[in-house]
Amino acid sequence: MDTTLRINSAQVGSSFVAQIEKISGQKLLACYQCGKCSAGCPMAAYMDVLPNQMIRMAQLGMRQQLLETRAIWMCVSCLTCNSRCPKGIRIAEVIEALRKAALGGGERNDHLEIMELSPEARSVLPPIATISALRKLTS
Amino acid sequence: MGNENKPMKLAYYPGCTLKNQATNFDVSTVSSMAKLDVEVEELDRWNCCGTVHALDSDNVMNRVAPITNMIRVKEAQARTEGMASEFMTSCAMCYNTLKRANIDVRQRADALATINDLLYLDETKYEGDVEVLHLLEYLRDRVGFDNLAKKVTKPLEGLRVACYYGCLLVRPKEVAFDDVENPMVMENLIAALGATPVDFSHKTECCGAYQTVDKPEIIADRTDKIMGSAHEEQADLVVVSCPLCAFNLDYRQDDAKRLNPDFRNMPVLYFTQLMALAFGCDESALRFDLQHIDPLPALKARGLD
Repeated sequence: MDTTLRINSAQVGSSFVAQIEKISGQKLLACYQCGKCSAGCPMAAYMDVLPNQMIRMAQLGMRQQLLETRAIWMCVSCLTCNSRCPKGIRIAEVIEALRKAALGGGERNDHLEIMELSPEARSVLPPIATISALRKLTS
Repeated sequence: MGNENKPMKLAYYPGCTLKNQATNFDVSTVSSMAKLDVEVEELDRWNCCGTVHALDSDNVMNRVAPITNMIRVKEAQARTEGMASEFMTSCAMCYNTLKRANIDVRQRADALATINDLLYLDETKYEGDVEVLHLLEYLRDRVGFDNLAKKVTKPLEGLRVACYYGCLLVRPKEVAFDDVENPMVMENLIAALGATPVDFSHKTECCGAYQTVDKPEIIADRTDKIMGSAHEEQADLVVVSCPLCAFNLDYRQDDAKRLNPDFRNMPVLYFTQLMALAFGCDESALRFDLQHIDPLPALKARGLD
């Protein structure tokens, strides 16, 4: 990913930042980038952007870059980050808000196609797996 | 059992997966409770809890399914003598979702009013007056592990058990009924059954949850790490309280083996199956045949077949 970013007040004060803060109920600027969320994240190894980086990108209003990450779909809301954040930020809520931003707004950018799985794969999955995946990854 | 007002009947919410792939969790829960003289009564017309707690602020629709179950509990209580305004579930995921929805509507009168309006076909209204209990919490606080130990007819001596909590029993803090970072309730239960609980590094590390649906390679890696950490402590088996953890840690061991040729299989059981075994329940209450990795060799090695 291109890490060069030109920061301007219009971007930081964009409606995207307000949208994510409203959906998540979190104050993004409370984060001081200690990285504890990423250090303990069990899914970090499979992410292209780490949880603390997602918060930073959200603070800066980097809508398009964020919504194109694999990371927002990797988080499974295990809440390890939330329980350890020294600033009390609910990082998982912010990532949920990012998924909602990608799934809503008429884009319906679904990240799971159950019918593309083989019948064998589908037949072994317990309902607890399919229902939770559909709830988290589809509009 | 220490509480003179102990209800004679306990309302029970099994959840969807206990009626499908995890029948072994269901029958071992009901059978072991019977041995403890607690009569569990499955709720009439229970419905899916929703599996995951919606974390966004626009969430009232996602609270309707869990709260409908609270109304079913109130209906059961109204017609059953000796039943308290509470219910038990042994599924960690159901527990988490139902408990969080309950906490949420107790704090938001407007959301609760909206939900009651949506559920206009139900005469009973929900007023935040039902308690959600996990089975482990019930066993510790109502039955007591000392009393539970008296019902053990087949002590699980020598069996080394790694207790895996995953996420949903301990996070978030409002839902946890034990320490968030180092819970011990399951270890204390296992010790009461005569087995030896072993500490292991990954006991509250997420298994990858629903990513198992279309990314089994990620779950294979999680399973390799979690089961590997149990192997490091010479555990004979792992016990869980979540049917999704169970599926990932048990069924995905085949994928873990493809990923890491050094991966060694280890059985994964529900904690209730070990209870039923220690209480002398027969095979119909254990249903070890539903385990992907056969636990019988590990149990036989400890003289527990």
